[in-house]
Amino acid sequence: MSGATSTRVDAKVEMTRDARTAFEQSVVSRRGFLKASGMLTVGFCCWSAASSVDPVFAQFGVGTAEGSLAPNRVDSWIAVAADGMVTGYTGKQELGQGIVTAQTQLVAEELCVPLAHVTIVAADTARTVDEGYTSGSQSHPTNFNHANLAQAAATARQTLIQLATQHLGVPSSQLTARDGTVIVTGNPSKKISYGELVGGKKFTLTLDPNAPRKSFDQWTILGKPVPRVDIPALAMGTFEFVHNVNLPGMLHGKVVRPPFVGATVGSVDESSVAGMPGLIKVVIKKNFVGVVAERPWQTIQAANRLKVNWNSSVGLTKQAEYYESLRKQSPSRDAFLINSGDVDQALASAATVLKATYFHPFQMHGSMGSSCAVADVSSGKATIWSATQGVWQQRGSAAILLGMNPEDVHVIFTRGSGCYGHNGADTVSYDAALLSHAVGKPVRVQLSRKDEMAWENYGNAYVMDCRAGLDARGNITAWDHETWSPVLGNRPGENRPGNVITGFLAGFEPEPFRAQTPPSQPRGFNNGSNAIPSYVAGCVDDRCGGAGSIRSERVLTHNVVSPFWTGPLRSPSRLQNTFAHECFMDEIAAHIKADPVALRLKYLTNQRVVGVLQAAVHAAGWDARPSSKPQRSAGVVTGRGVSCVAYEGANGYSAMVVEAEVDTASGVVAVKRIVVAVDCGPISNPDGLKNQ
Amino acid sequence: MAAITITVNGAIHTIDLDPTTPLLYALSDDLKLRGPKFGCGLGQCGSCTVIINGQAVRSCITPVQAVNGATITTLEGIGTPEKPHPLQQAFIDEQAAQCGFCLNAVIMTAKAFLDKNPEPTDAQLQQALSNVLCRCFVHVRMFRAIQKAAKEMAR
Repeated sequence: MSGATSTRVDAKVEMTRDARTAFEQSVVSRRGFLKASGMLTVGFCCWSAASSVDPVFAQFGVGTAEGSLAPNRVDSWIAVAADGMVTGYTGKQELGQGIVTAQTQLVAEELCVPLAHVTIVAADTARTVDEGYTSGSQSHPTNFNHANLAQAAATARQTLIQLATQHLGVPSSQLTARDGTVIVTGNPSKKISYGELVGGKKFTLTLDPNAPRKSFDQWTILGKPVPRVDIPALAMGTFEFVHNVNLPGMLHGKVVRPPFVGATVGSVDESSVAGMPGLIKVVIKKNFVGVVAERPWQTIQAANRLKVNWNSSVGLTKQAEYYESLRKQSPSRDAFLINSGDVDQALASAATVLKATYFHPFQMHGSMGSSCAVADVSSGKATIWSATQGVWQQRGSAAILLGMNPEDVHVIFTRGSGCYGHNGADTVSYDAALLSHAVGKPVRVQLSRKDEMAWENYGNAYVMDCRAGLDARGNITAWDHETWSPVLGNRPGENRPGNVITGFLAGFEPEPFRAQTPPSQPRGFNNGSNAIPSYVAGCVDDRCGGAGSIRSERVLTHNVVSPFWTGPLRSPSRLQNTFAHECFMDEIAAHIKADPVALRLKYLTNQRVVGVLQAAVHAAGWDARPSSKPQRSAGVVTGRGVSCVAYEGANGYSAMVVEAEVDTASGVVAVKRIVVAVDCGPISNPDGLKNQ
Repeated sequence: MAAITITVNGAIHTIDLDPTTPLLYALSDDLKLRGPKFGCGLGQCGSCTVIINGQAVRSCITPVQAVNGATITTLEGIGTPEKPHPLQQAFIDEQAAQCGFCLNAVIMTAKAFLDKNPEPTDAQLQQALSNVLCRCFVHVRMFRAIQKAAKEMAR
């Protein structure tokens, strides 16, 4: 619709998405609205004095991805209903980390409304701005910055105050926004509510980058411990996980995965399941095999009985030889992240060279509930209820998988069991989509534990060689870190359905392996994978971004092809590398009989790392002495550990002290105490941070 | 197919289904309950726990024919939003959840145990919950919530 001052529009036919947003919030629930026929008609006006057609508004519907809401429109983020209730629309969704509560606080704070008046709608390709993945600890930096949700709320507050000047007859300088109303400062009886000002209408505004944001000292809702908005429903058993999505006529699907890596379908004997109760269809697409039946148990039984002849494949390397095989594997993608050029020389001239090798296995996400999704693919349209971390990316990649246009695919984030990275959420969404496509009806798929654990994108395995040169007095003169890690697939992005098992089985290739030999050279300091230890200077072309002072430094990484699917799992690579660096620092300290904390402090130059380390050590009551202390070698013995890191180089700082016991008879390790210090910048919800 | 009659949270249901169907599917698919959840399907994690005759039962490995005629309580049935069970209230008060998928397992297992052992030692409580899994690592808060609820329930 245009920005005319008063227009009657047909709700179904003509409303733009943001208008619909305001409409739905003001009149009926969204689900109710969607169920309603096109007979509904609503009148609303655009109040803005400057509501001639705005060129940005004219492009509404074209955001960062095709079909996305425009990120520079207030209406893409904020809707105020007639009763003053506020909805915040965000691309960053709840994975169990508490971000929806934090965003509720953010909207309430910047808009000056009570917390209970704010509801968040997150990650829906038809309703929210494309903010990319919810991953990598980026939700706070994204939505609390000056371009997105926070700035939309601040712009809305500024506008509400300006609007109130007309109603209250005083200039905006004499008005205050408070609890969803604008009041005359010093005379709170003179007021007008947000609902009266804009309720149910659009703002029709561009985000104002200069709209004033509240400073930390003005916060009344942010920075305070706030109960999570979702926990009551979780505790009462009423919360809707994606596992609980239920559509009329919904069928159930089960995948039949290959029995081993690389197996392909020879033949499928459909007669093996003929006549089974409730069976609707056996679905085969290249090497993707699944069954659809009326009820979940029927589906499981049919999948178990279905006779599939699988062609055998190349075998796997023996597990005992696997780590060592990585060092020799070709092709390889090699990169120097740091290379001062003098490390070999420094090690050769060192009084002592210490070496250690650390191994990290492939690790499963192992979410409590195996992954689940519901898809409804019929009449050339697809709707997918998915616990994916990237609804927009899934929209694109599922469209490729289904041979559809992205604009015909609608992905609705629906929470799954705890997500620690790229678990089976995308692949099960593809499973549901392929099976639904085959039967033309909604299909729900929940992976079995085996389906998920055998084929999910595991967290990366690593081999890490550490070497340090010490001079005669025990000073560290050089640090060398070299890693090998296998990779296959990844998040599918918008165009790589083959990056997860379902897409691959259905005939799509994973992202090709990019070989690089000899190693690429660093172009600036980048510690996104924390491969660079905190104790080196991190100098590239005389610009030093590291957290430490050791100048003779080298970090060389190798990626090789994995037999298993891999993808992000909780601090991918950062965890593995940090484990190696911090263990190795302890080895050095033990060798020179130095206190492990003092030795770290000797080489750290980044004051935020120093700060968290000292805070953790202080809180833990650290006993400054070399580790380990002399003690008996039988019975239960005690030990301690310390570590610190500048996460991704400059994306949060943390340190930890752990006290543990080991029963020398049984080998059982018991962690007795963990003290953590975190410097993550401003904290939205202190209790949420503690909970994490 | 067979007609199975179960009483769930006070309501009687007769469901026509394969008698070997695990109880969990009857509860979540036929009765649309959201409390008991599919976690592992192997009886190992506890996500599917319900209470039958005072016992915590893993419904994912319990065929419905084994509970024909039984009275079953699920997480939805132990409290209401207006009057939550002390365990539910304690989990809310202590903010004892991250993803929350395991809350059914923890709360229902704890309830069955506390109903029979109103004043347990910490060690007994830990033992009672040792076969319940939480992957987000909310154990400390959950344990605090259960201890708090135990005191409330014992009053």
